[in-house]
Amino acid sequence: MTALTPKERLAIDRVKMPEQDAKQRACNFTEVNLGLTQERAMEEAQRCIACKNKPCVDGCPVAVRIPEFITAVAAGNFEEAARILRVDNALPATTGRVCPQEVQCEGVCVRGKKGHPVAIGWLERFVADWAAEHMPKEHPPTTTTGFRVAVVGSGPGGLTTAGELARLGHKVHIFEALHDTGGVLRYGIPEFRLPKAVVDREVENLRTLGVVIECNVIVGRTLTVDELAVAFDAVFIANGAGLPMFLDVPGENFKGVYSANEYLTRVNLMGAGQDLKGGTPIARGETVVVFGGGNVAMDGVRTAKRLGAAHAICAYRRTRAEMPARSEEIAHAEEEGIEFHYLLAPLEILADAKGWVRAVRVQKMQLGEPDASGRRRPMPIAGSEFEMPCQIVVVALGTTANPLLTNATPALKLNKWQNIVVDAKQATAMAGVFAGGDIVRGGATVILAMGDGKVAAFGIDEYLKNKIPKHQA
Amino acid sequence: MFRVISNEEIAPQLNRMVIEVPRVARARKPGQFVMVRCSAGRERIPLTIADDDPKAGTITLIIQAVGTSTKEIVAVPAGGYLTDVAGPLGLPTEIERLGRIACVGGGAGTAVLFPLAKALAQAGNEVTTIIGGRSEQYVILLKELGAFSKQVFVTTEDGSSGEKGFVTLPLQRLLADPNQRPAAVYAVGPVPMMKAVSNLTRTFGVHTIVSLNPIMVDGTGMCGGCRVTVAGKIKFACVDGPEFDGHQVDFDELSARQTTYLELDDHGCRLDPQLAAMQKD
Repeated sequence: MTALTPKERLAIDRVKMPEQDAKQRACNFTEVNLGLTQERAMEEAQRCIACKNKPCVDGCPVAVRIPEFITAVAAGNFEEAARILRVDNALPATTGRVCPQEVQCEGVCVRGKKGHPVAIGWLERFVADWAAEHMPKEHPPTTTTGFRVAVVGSGPGGLTTAGELARLGHKVHIFEALHDTGGVLRYGIPEFRLPKAVVDREVENLRTLGVVIECNVIVGRTLTVDELAVAFDAVFIANGAGLPMFLDVPGENFKGVYSANEYLTRVNLMGAGQDLKGGTPIARGETVVVFGGGNVAMDGVRTAKRLGAAHAICAYRRTRAEMPARSEEIAHAEEEGIEFHYLLAPLEILADAKGWVRAVRVQKMQLGEPDASGRRRPMPIAGSEFEMPCQIVVVALGTTANPLLTNATPALKLNKWQNIVVDAKQATAMAGVFAGGDIVRGGATVILAMGDGKVAAFGIDEYLKNKIPKHQA
Repeated sequence: MFRVISNEEIAPQLNRMVIEVPRVARARKPGQFVMVRCSAGRERIPLTIADDDPKAGTITLIIQAVGTSTKEIVAVPAGGYLTDVAGPLGLPTEIERLGRIACVGGGAGTAVLFPLAKALAQAGNEVTTIIGGRSEQYVILLKELGAFSKQVFVTTEDGSSGEKGFVTLPLQRLLADPNQRPAAVYAVGPVPMMKAVSNLTRTFGVHTIVSLNPIMVDGTGMCGGCRVTVAGKIKFACVDGPEFDGHQVDFDELSARQTTYLELDDHGCRLDPQLAAMQKD
């Protein structure tokens, strides 16, 4: 194939992602995006002009060599593209689906200055899915170091660290608190955005690398970090998000009020909503109101729609422009008939005589001066209160640090939000103990947790360089 | 997979199961619970650990089999397996030497009370135990509690054993007698019973600890389903409890929240009481 001229590259329009029909998908849980064909992927890859400065690489929290893998895709060399991705990113099939590309790689893509950026996320997903189908599984490294590393949590941070360390020849043992693997990838992100088969595949990859995963172990309770620090040569803590925040308005303990964590966990992890008799139940209603504007709020309100709500409403205090959710999720939600009520804040949840939610009293807002976060502060409009009838309220306002592990580990240094303090290599105040993801950052993203996991893996490897393994194999 | 070592019915719909979970047996302290999932696709439910044997690597659960999940769990015979057992969760009971203590158990709550009462007695407290049930066969662990209690009172609603009435009757007498009045009361049982005990002890100004059993999903603080209002603030029973100051708990709210899934059909839709009555006719 002859290389295209820059002019020819610029003439190609951004590919459209084939999607499940909006009406149809609003009634099922199967994935919305269907994935690119080889031809479309190669065509999209040719839109990359391989610019000199590579802003996309700087825009990526794990610095994936984006132009290199895209050049390989453009040439139809998917295997080469997959090899590049595999080195840089432990979970490309996941990040290709859930990363906020528009504020990372695609947000700084040169092509985006005039028109649309290269669809880096969709190409990443294409390569990862192609590799899963066509390439043999990775083998564990032939030489092992004899070091054993304990990883707390099997979410994106833990899986990334485990993968990197296993490839370096260390023996890794992951302890997972829940009965299944994947952390937020399984309990939080719905099937229609990240199929659980993808999570299973990522976990299976690690197992073939020799990583041991043990469920039902709550570090801080079943075992302590101190015990792990004695039994293992190093420890990585990535136990994830914590306690859900509530609205702090009257009535939020009425029946029919859920945290988004509970709502999504019941459906995603526990299989509620599939009408399995004796399984985990979930309350449904004609009208469901979700408060919040992030990815979790989008996941919650789109789940409500799929559980049969005639009106699945997202209520947010600011406007669409300030919503922190991925733009693709907002667009998908709009197509699915999710009703967005902007500039609306809850005042009180109202219940019927039996204690079930019957409405939420809300107040209209207007945007004032920017606050500390730089976003314009919502200000209540006096006299604008009204009642919105509904049966279910879902609160998606974020989480605070989970105290289970940190309370049981006094040697860790915490900040004022009770998150673990780490240095540039993700090392904590305890020798040989590293941490990353939400327990360090507060609420963050899958890719930032993975970035921490990658940094920590190299930090741990470096830490182990001058040590002797505690247990000879 | 966690092996069931033994499983016996000790009262109607009440089973004592010994399960092999070595790490939990070693780490567990009185007042803590485990999350149990019988098999794939089923619910995760919290069950209080009644006793342990760290040497054998086992814990004892006493399970009232009233719902689908608990019935499935007690149907697993000795030699069988439970898919998931995770813990120990919750804050352990603060075991202090306070002097005279009254431990009050209602129905299956007596099983939760047992490890607390035992630990309190071992710490040198003088324990008076009051246990109640609907009738004689629901009065459980009488012998076990008697082994370390200074005295044991039994009440039944039908008078088939001990005093006829509720556990509050003997408790009232203890509280009213300056020579017997306890320094603290521990109460575990159905919500109305814990509420009645707390209301009674409040009038005497006697500190009261209750162990709450709200609906939970993960048991690790992640879902907030187990939230209860204590002293006007939201607390999560799984990480802040399950034990709280009985004088500060909003029992009415807890009662209401516990009925959530009883009032839904299999599809998760709210049962219309009028419609349900019509269908019945």
